[in-house]
Amino acid sequence: MAEVMSVADGRARAARTLLNQLVLPGEELVLPEQEDVDSPARAGEQPLLLNATARARLRVVCGPGLRRCGDRLLVTKCGRLRHKEPGSGGGVYWVDSQQKRYVPVKGDHVIGIVIAKSGDIFKVDVGGSEPASLSYLAFEGATKRNRPNVQVGDLIYGQFVIANKDMEPEMVCIDSCGRANGMGVIGQDGLLFKVTLGLIRKLLAPDCEIIQELGKLYPLEIVFGMNGRIWVKAKTIQQTLILANVLEACEHMTTEQRKQIFARLAES
Amino acid sequence: MEVVMRADAKVRVESGTESSPRGPGCSLRHFACEQNLLSRPDGSASFLQGVAEKSQERLIRNTCEAVVLGALHPRTSITVVLQVVSDAGSLLACCLNAACMALVDAGVPMRALFCGVTCALDSDGNLLLDPTAKQEKKARAVLTFALDSVEQKLLMSTTKGLYSDAELQQCLAAAQAASQHIFRFYRESLQRRYSKS
Repeated sequence: MAEVMSVADGRARAARTLLNQLVLPGEELVLPEQEDVDSPARAGEQPLLLNATARARLRVVCGPGLRRCGDRLLVTKCGRLRHKEPGSGGGVYWVDSQQKRYVPVKGDHVIGIVIAKSGDIFKVDVGGSEPASLSYLAFEGATKRNRPNVQVGDLIYGQFVIANKDMEPEMVCIDSCGRANGMGVIGQDGLLFKVTLGLIRKLLAPDCEIIQELGKLYPLEIVFGMNGRIWVKAKTIQQTLILANVLEACEHMTTEQRKQIFARLAES
Repeated sequence: MEVVMRADAKVRVESGTESSPRGPGCSLRHFACEQNLLSRPDGSASFLQGVAEKSQERLIRNTCEAVVLGALHPRTSITVVLQVVSDAGSLLACCLNAACMALVDAGVPMRALFCGVTCALDSDGNLLLDPTAKQEKKARAVLTFALDSVEQKLLMSTTKGLYSDAELQQCLAAAQAASQHIFRFYRESLQRRYSKS
């Protein structure tokens, strides 16, 4: 249902009323706990609170697409406003936008392509504005004598340890315990292709049916990078290409269309 | 001697030639030429082609820079490429709208949306919003404004022709009212895009 709201007044609106709706850059959002303070109708009727802890300030996390300005949130990207209510605190607000360009974020698992080897570090292209650096010691079981076998052009699955706007991003292929945990050089063959960031997030959501259906179709190996890259490998090249096309098309298909296509592929 | 030469140079600047209105079928851009600018060499000339476009690019760039949160992406450059498919008047306003939509589509963080509106004042003093190419040519003055979405503040203005201060205010007010329609259209267009997912 398309709701056209007038943006004639630049007045801030309550975040509560805009959940799961489209927000545009420049809009200001008022958080629930500020609403009571701002509403003029109750200005003269503030009840005297004897229990000071009842109005403890909740910590609200301002996620991607939002910036704090004063005690309000400024929307900086176009998308749907989402909210998650965790056990404690005020929850997380963020904007779900459709974007193709990746910006490195600490902790994200990404697929990178090695573009250069200089001394002790590899330069890995992750789709951001700068190539990330990866030390040769950041692999499981790597020592100065036992170097990992990484060549220029290899695909690497790793996570960022340093990723902010001021520094060159750095990634590693081990977790904090020193184990690979699935990271490292991605094997031979297979196909790497690019999709939008929103599709990756949808596919990696816990209750995504697409991956289960794909698994029933053909046996496959698949790696998702948060930078919009997917690597897929099936028994034959034809199956690999079919899987790649299906995943790319998933973005624009409704659930019924997808089920039809899977049914047709399962028959053939 | 030197004073004489400078005076000569000044006279020559005014007599530099510019290309006259071209007939149909000519696909060359506007060009301008000046000769004998420098006194020391035996001869010198300055030839400019497509001058008007450079200033339009600068205007669009300044508008984008005012709105994009560049501090979130240091040491990077954002390139906006605009391709004119057809020009039916109000070209600069159309370019500004296209640039804004493209930046939103790319997910570049912005502090507000912006839009462009063109006004033309004809010889009778009538105000024409969003003039066609023919109306622009006949108009006494053509004014283009870039307005932001938060409070309809003026981000950029470029004007050509003769107009009074009162007329400028009138055009600005009309442009601000028109920008509401444009922002409403942005919202509808983006709603359609996001409703598909």
